[in-house]
Amino acid sequence: MSSDVRFTDFKSDKQPTWCPGCGDFGTMNGMMKALANTGNDPDNTFIVAGIGCSGKIGTYMRSYALHGVHGRALPVGTGVKLANPDLEVMVAGGDGDGYSIGAGHFVHAVRRNVDMTYVVMDNRIYGLTKGQASPTSRMDFETSTTPEGPQQPPVNPMALALASGATFIAQSFSTDAQRHAEIVQEAIEHDGFGFVNVFSPCVTFNDVDTYDYFRDNLVDVAEEGHDPTDYDAAKEKILDASKEYQGVIWQSEKSIPYGEKHGLDTDMSEIDEGAPEGAMDLVREFY
Amino acid sequence: MPADFNWAIGGEAGDGIDSTGKIFAQALSRAGRHVFTSKDFASRIRGGYTAYKVRTAVDPVQSVVDRLDVLIALTPRTIEENLEELHDGSVIIYDGDRTTMENVEIPEGMIGLDVPLKRLAEEAGGAIMRNVVALGAACEVSDFPIENLDSALEKRFGSKGQSLVDNNKEAARAGQDYVADEYDHEFDYELETTDNDYVLLNGDEAIGMGAIAAGCKFYAGYPITPATDVMEYLTGRIEQFGGHVVQAEDELSAINIALGAARAGARSMTATSGPGIDLMSETFGLVATSETPLVIVDVMRSGPSTGMPTKQEQGDLNMMLYGGHGEIPRFVLGPTTISECFWKTVEAFNLAEKYQTPVYIAADLAMAVTEQTFPPEAFDMDAVEVDRGKVVDEESIDEWQNEKGQFKPHALTDDGVSPRAFPGTDGGVHMSTGLEHDELGRRTEDTEMRVEQVDKRNRKVETAREREDFSPREFGDSESENLVVSWGSNEGAMTEAIEFLEEEGIDVKFLSVPYLFPRPDLTEEVEAAENVVVVECNATGQFADVVEHDTLRRVDRVNKYDGVRFKADELASDIKAALQEADQ
Repeated sequence: MSSDVRFTDFKSDKQPTWCPGCGDFGTMNGMMKALANTGNDPDNTFIVAGIGCSGKIGTYMRSYALHGVHGRALPVGTGVKLANPDLEVMVAGGDGDGYSIGAGHFVHAVRRNVDMTYVVMDNRIYGLTKGQASPTSRMDFETSTTPEGPQQPPVNPMALALASGATFIAQSFSTDAQRHAEIVQEAIEHDGFGFVNVFSPCVTFNDVDTYDYFRDNLVDVAEEGHDPTDYDAAKEKILDASKEYQGVIWQSEKSIPYGEKHGLDTDMSEIDEGAPEGAMDLVREFY
Repeated sequence: MPADFNWAIGGEAGDGIDSTGKIFAQALSRAGRHVFTSKDFASRIRGGYTAYKVRTAVDPVQSVVDRLDVLIALTPRTIEENLEELHDGSVIIYDGDRTTMENVEIPEGMIGLDVPLKRLAEEAGGAIMRNVVALGAACEVSDFPIENLDSALEKRFGSKGQSLVDNNKEAARAGQDYVADEYDHEFDYELETTDNDYVLLNGDEAIGMGAIAAGCKFYAGYPITPATDVMEYLTGRIEQFGGHVVQAEDELSAINIALGAARAGARSMTATSGPGIDLMSETFGLVATSETPLVIVDVMRSGPSTGMPTKQEQGDLNMMLYGGHGEIPRFVLGPTTISECFWKTVEAFNLAEKYQTPVYIAADLAMAVTEQTFPPEAFDMDAVEVDRGKVVDEESIDEWQNEKGQFKPHALTDDGVSPRAFPGTDGGVHMSTGLEHDELGRRTEDTEMRVEQVDKRNRKVETAREREDFSPREFGDSESENLVVSWGSNEGAMTEAIEFLEEEGIDVKFLSVPYLFPRPDLTEEVEAAENVVVVECNATGQFADVVEHDTLRRVDRVNKYDGVRFKADELASDIKAALQEADQ
């Protein structure tokens, strides 16, 4: 790791194809800043991206990266981090990727508490397929596939995480660049699974959850004197549907990352040129 | 008296059948005898019918036959289930004190030994040892020195304290003495011992051991019969070699976790059975197109859907050869014996890394849950070679960068194999993706690059054909005009079937094919033969189709899909019938 890494070192030479004004620009910039601020460089960083507009982030950032199949980015990140704990692993995806097709993996990644960061670009819409309801869309949000609105309550990602035993839950707003970068940085620095749900508005297909909506309704918990280590206070904020909260909502002081629990501290890419020393003992065991 | 001896214990699930059978098999192995075991079991925790069968001889045994010499029957159903295998003079050991066995009828011609298993066990220290009393009785019947059973009991119970071991030894002797005292009968059996050292293991264990030998440090899986033993074997052992096992939430996750570890540079593996392969096929294409080395074990069981989870079948060949949408090269290895499960796993890791492809290991239930004896040299760790392929480091990375200094993980090369840089390598920063990509691993829809990348990936198969030895294993009479071809665990039954056929004056040449893709070209052998029979455990003849495709000739088929493996004697008569039909 070099100390003179700038956040632009994490930017690739590919120009994003996101729509002008897309929230994902700000989300990505904050991720790059947070990575640089925490002393990482592209050579030791691994980004795993899901499918959807958000999934393109692996191409636009410069680091080791895998752009996987829809909904399975968290398992990939889990494998990368456990096999080489020296890598900084960041998983990024959208609300469809994380809370619909990948919802099962989200629950178990939270439980597993691998020391990595999960950034969800939540625009409450399916953008890349041109405007269908997502798991975080409002009940009455009319789309091409839900003309009456989904008529199902939206998933509450933070509540899902809390119920699954999360050790770090945060929420940010892509256009509040300073706070967003700070919050992602805290997630990186957290010893365990750092989950950040980012309001990352879709300017093309979502005319409800807009920049104006979030500006008007956003409450920064830091300004309210919220103590993120207070579980009951965190629970109250997470279940409060009347506001959109920004900041670190919950952080357990007792988090022990999976790798530490299992004593995983070596780079597994290094192996012997033949069978490992002592392998013949395995044969003798069958005597 | 035949050279081999066939023994079984049967009862309900929950009766401790499996562990009792394993103790007897272990005792025989420790006595320097060869052993081949098989299990009848159901997908339930209690009840039903379950049996553990042991075939043993001084010479190697690698199959089951339709004969049972001594049966320990804990339930009446155990006798009913084995009527066809029992013969005149077969001995049935049972406990007439057990309510269900009170009025049990011993079939005519067979010898019933009513031994108060429970009572004798209680006298020795606990009713739980009743099966061990039965083992002692079996030792007496088969004239097998009971000290060998002691040795197996020490291995099984030694960690739980000497008094438990001693109680079990006493229980065994109570059974032995009871038969000796109460039955004035000369039995036909005499199990000789030798000074040979053997190890006893099943195919799942051999796969797990092969993985560790090959330097596999990462396993992610989801429990599923009959592949769970691979995961259970690795758990607690791979850690001693710096590795780790993750139990995933499902197979979708398992293959992605394993993929992540492989991207990080670890030798990585997952194992499952048919239903899991279905789920994994989603990510299979990503593994292949991102050119990630990954070993995927499919321990096949009876399908489709949930099928018969505890029964044998080789029905997933087409899934492994062609599964997944789009077109993508993959390697499919099919170990043909339990020791080959070890070696093919080692080879799978080398092929995966040399050619940066997913490699399927097509194992099947019959080999996975069967234990067989081998001399320890069959698993010579010094003979294990590790070839990691085209891995580049900081020094050699320059030649694989473009003019902007960007690393090319999917560089177009003559042999189709691109360089591989592990994350953390300075100057190796790159991405990959399931999207069609350029040399840098970035999305492209450029028509020329698309064709070049597809061709490059397919070229790896051609390179492998040139560089690797994908020969079949040959048995029998190499000059015979009767050619039998098979794959997977049928090899054991078929090699013994050759001997049965020889006795009837029928000679055959047998090719056992361990490489299913890329696979050997059998055109020459098929053309030279008068009759060609392809043997496999499925209904449609998936491998026979492949042979016909490759050689442009129709073949005869012997298929078994009742959930039970081929038995050597049964297979011999099936082959005989197929050859007779072909000659008409």
